[in-house]
Amino acid sequence: MVVPFIQLYGLYIVTHGHLSPGGGFAGGTVLGVSMILYTLVYGLDQSLKKVSHRVSTTLESFGAMWYAAIGLVGVLRGANFLMNRGAGVPLGQPGQLFSSGLVAVITLGVGLKVASTVLSLFEILIEEAE
Amino acid sequence: MKKHLVALVIIVLCSYMLLQAMIELPEYGSASVPAQNVVAERYLAHGIAESGATNIVSNIIVDYRAYDTLMETTVLFTAILAVLITLKPK
Repeated sequence: MVVPFIQLYGLYIVTHGHLSPGGGFAGGTVLGVSMILYTLVYGLDQSLKKVSHRVSTTLESFGAMWYAAIGLVGVLRGANFLMNRGAGVPLGQPGQLFSSGLVAVITLGVGLKVASTVLSLFEILIEEAE
Repeated sequence: MKKHLVALVIIVLCSYMLLQAMIELPEYGSASVPAQNVVAERYLAHGIAESGATNIVSNIIVDYRAYDTLMETTVLFTAILAVLITLKPK
């Protein structure tokens, strides 16, 4: 019942990571914890139906590759790896949702990755305990 | 036994090198070290203009110190990889 609200809050923290306190790590943890709560309430089998190991490991790899791929934007534009303003990425108006260039984009990837890390660590460990 | 001895030698050598490097580090909290005053002031003064994010912490971790955060996510990846290898789910 409370899970969607926790997920909404986690998503908010991730997407506003460049505007307000929070960011990929904090928001990703909230997202992951929402699914941990679901596992605790409905059991592992139900939870694996929603998010299987395959999905979480894919998200895991995707998050890491996303970060490195975004870093290549700087290289493709003729600047250094992971460069933001120096690579000519438009920054927008500070304080708006679509601003800060690559910071917001990278935060999204980090959020996904941390969420799947927390969730899959928990699931693998309790699977072992059962 | 021989393997343990080699590991011990490696550990001692690495610790020695790290400790030698630590002696070179500036004194903690000393005001005359650039890394402890100039850099922080620069981040606070130009951070929003240079990165466009109003959250200075995000600015620093994903823009100024992006390499550090990239390796941090790699650490998470390695951790999950290690757990998957040892406790592989069916």
